[in-house]
Amino acid sequence: MYRYDEFDERLVRERVAQFASQVERRVAGALTEEEFRPLRLKNGLYLQLHAYMLRIAVPYGTLHARQLRQLAHIADVYDRGYGHFTTRQNLQFNWPKLKDVPAILGLLADVEMHCIQSSGNCIRNVTADHFSGVAHDELEDPRPVAELLRQWSSLHPEFEWLGRKFKIAVTGAAQDRAVLKSHDVGVRILRDPTTQQVGYQILVGGGLGRTPMVGRILREFLPREKLLSYLEAVLRVYNLEGRRDNKYKARIKILVHEIGIDAIRAKVEAEFAAIDSGRTDVDAQEFARIAAFFAPPAYESLPDVSRKLEQAQASDEELAHFVEHNLFRHKQRGYTALTISLKPVGQAPGDATSHQMRVIADLAEKYSFDEARVSHAQNIVLPHVRLDDVPEIFAVLRAEGLGTPNVGLLTDILACPGLDYCALATARSIPVAQALAEHFADPAKQKEIGDFSIKISGCINACGHHHVGNIGILGLEKKGAESYQITIGGDPGENYALGELLGPGLPAELVPEAVDRVVAVYLARREPGESFIEAYRRLGLAPFKAAFKEIADAVA
Amino acid sequence: MLLLDRHGRKDDSFAQLENGKKIAGKAPLVPLAALEAQLAAQGGAPLGVLVENNVRTAELEPYFGKLALIAIRFPSATDGRGFSLARQLRERGFIGVLRASGPLFSDQFPQALACGFDEVEIPDANAARQPVEQWLAARDRITLAYQHENGLGESILELRRARTLEKNLTGAKNV
Repeated sequence: MYRYDEFDERLVRERVAQFASQVERRVAGALTEEEFRPLRLKNGLYLQLHAYMLRIAVPYGTLHARQLRQLAHIADVYDRGYGHFTTRQNLQFNWPKLKDVPAILGLLADVEMHCIQSSGNCIRNVTADHFSGVAHDELEDPRPVAELLRQWSSLHPEFEWLGRKFKIAVTGAAQDRAVLKSHDVGVRILRDPTTQQVGYQILVGGGLGRTPMVGRILREFLPREKLLSYLEAVLRVYNLEGRRDNKYKARIKILVHEIGIDAIRAKVEAEFAAIDSGRTDVDAQEFARIAAFFAPPAYESLPDVSRKLEQAQASDEELAHFVEHNLFRHKQRGYTALTISLKPVGQAPGDATSHQMRVIADLAEKYSFDEARVSHAQNIVLPHVRLDDVPEIFAVLRAEGLGTPNVGLLTDILACPGLDYCALATARSIPVAQALAEHFADPAKQKEIGDFSIKISGCINACGHHHVGNIGILGLEKKGAESYQITIGGDPGENYALGELLGPGLPAELVPEAVDRVVAVYLARREPGESFIEAYRRLGLAPFKAAFKEIADAVA
Repeated sequence: MLLLDRHGRKDDSFAQLENGKKIAGKAPLVPLAALEAQLAAQGGAPLGVLVENNVRTAELEPYFGKLALIAIRFPSATDGRGFSLARQLRERGFIGVLRASGPLFSDQFPQALACGFDEVEIPDANAARQPVEQWLAARDRITLAYQHENGLGESILELRRARTLEKNLTGAKNV
């Protein structure tokens, strides 16, 4: 993992002092509320429905035990004993007091963390594949690139006042687990087919929100050393040319849509050619310095198969379920990446108590080379676990309510905080997720259904990524009541697709039944080995729409 | 209006025309549309142009050598187009004075300086809430930057290189 040097540390400390001064000047009236608002947002501080919310940046989702314990400490002292892991691999506290925020930022700085640019119209926390550095299908670990981008984008003087937020994701794997096509810019590490050189493919203009759009290829291949100068050109074109007249049309995706991918490519290339790239190029030595922090840990030489784990599974059905669903194939023989589901039935997706954070910290320290990852699916990954250790880890997780074996299954639901917390929300998300999880709680049923994703947003801003859920649920307000629109067929991965509407909105209590009807069509008509999304692609919208209509008609 | 640069308050040696006439003792500051005419009238005397933040750098480039000052208007504090425009003007070779003109606030001062602005002109109401001292304090609050163009001095990358060099030298001495 990356560790701060004296310069990283000083910058973050100075930033804490700067924010303390901003709060003081707001209180004294030197800063107006209008001026203070973007400043607090750029420090991750939102005004929510009931209280402030503080969003802590977890760069590319990577945490070590000391950081997790510090987050637990903050949750206990300054919040209500829990935190919420987000779809952008960050952590949110829902109940901090404004006066405590500088102290919290100080505690974060003590463990090399911050809230810089976790909100606001600027370059946001850079995200990456949560299986970075361990995935079997990876060309290269994307974390050095993500860290390079974190530093380059932090307090970038030219890009602090963009028209809208700007999100960047990086992956180095064949399978896209970072949802690149939903980002303003996606960076894919790849090998040039002719020269065999490693460089980047750059995607632009993806986004969810009220106008979902699929990211397009801006540059097929970019040499490594040009990454920062090229992104500088992309951001400059966006900053100068992006719309400023309507905040809902201010994302780069709208610019791409309005002028076309070819026109934006021409503008970026012209700016790129003009930029003094010698000064902004990636310094090879600096990149090597950063990359050295992400060198693989000291793995043991182990056999492919763990007899110990096999034997334990034979006598423990729950462990067998866990192994089947929560382990991911590791590069290193005898190791696995283990996902801890934060989606037990009946709980708010992504929430973890301070006690659970400490339990995970202990496990990371003892079994995973002191490393944990936050996934965009709001779970926690222990990235380097010996297969031999899985039974012991599972025993601890099960005892702490963290052993839910549902990763990638129907109840592994992604949901935004919704109207329970959020000032923008038009409907609740969490209770819908809870009701669905309860409806499909039977593990055997979930297993029968197999790979299935439900994503829920409580408003059209789509923080719950509903557009790319196999089933997407969007909570709206209709005539004073919550109403849920359901889409089908979304896919965040290689076969990226936005979902299609099944029919009119439903009240919350009918959502589980409606999803059940859709699932029933799949179970009745699937071919052997066919996943839900594959069956949907083959069968098309019609049979699912027909089944859905029976429920919708009952309401109408 | 309060005009200030990185050292503090300064007198404005430029002024917009009044009824088409220059103000005595001040260099004229004209909109882009009036630039050609004013250039002809100036005969080489100092001249400034006031532009909106959606002007193209290419429109100004032919005049770089003839302009003592380019003032970029900020319609609001949060409209950051002027920062990129300033950066672009500097990179394309403008070496005269660059002024940010509009309701910026003190926390944006270091960003303006880093992007190549020399001075900021703010409305009186803003200056009343945020006097010069606050701007100078804001200038110095963050003393480090990852970016090369930072208005501070050496970037963190350069500081890291110097540190490595120093370590290597010390190491060599100890041998």
